[in-house]
Amino acid sequence: MKNRLKVLRAEHSYTQEDLADIIGVSRQTINAIEKEKFDPSLPTAFRISKLFNLKIEEIFFFEN
Amino acid sequence: MMKTERKKKLHQLAAWTWSWVATMAIATFGPKYIWDDHTVLTVLAVSANFANGILMIIANRNLFNKFDELERKIHLESLALTLGLAVVAGLSYSLLDTTNLISFNAEISHLVLFIGVTYLVCVTINTRRYS
Repeated sequence: MKNRLKVLRAEHSYTQEDLADIIGVSRQTINAIEKEKFDPSLPTAFRISKLFNLKIEEIFFFEN
Repeated sequence: MMKTERKKKLHQLAAWTWSWVATMAIATFGPKYIWDDHTVLTVLAVSANFANGILMIIANRNLFNKFDELERKIHLESLALTLGLAVVAGLSYSLLDTTNLISFNAEISHLVLFIGVTYLVCVTINTRRYS
């Protein structure tokens, strides 16, 4: 799954550590999501979309 | 908040693990060096060690429940691999002993050591995979 989390994080001037603390996951998890090595759970995706005030599909894109 | 709770659970697990190791040492060497094979004291020492072990397992589960989704994935994959390898390698090792292909006895401590090392290696590899 593709995502634009890194861009959104940079636009809001958050570090990975800041974002991890807000979302309630580890910094390693944010890093793995940004590098598209790990797909977040639905609750985490919802927390991210709520934080950036965007729809989930505006942040995460499914690719076959 | 989450980090503090996680750290607390980690410290609890460390405390119970050390306590378990200490009671294991007492139960192992106590009968010979401290209380001269007194049966009641030996039963008490083994019971204390067993109870400590149960509390250590509960502490481990509590820490696991504080992991986030990626950490859980990493540890679950590692546990699955470790369990599979422990069963397969453990039984093969036992076969080597029963068929006299090795000159020494297949001790349970060897299997415990194997499980520990395998889990550590699996967690390290999996952590690197996602970093």
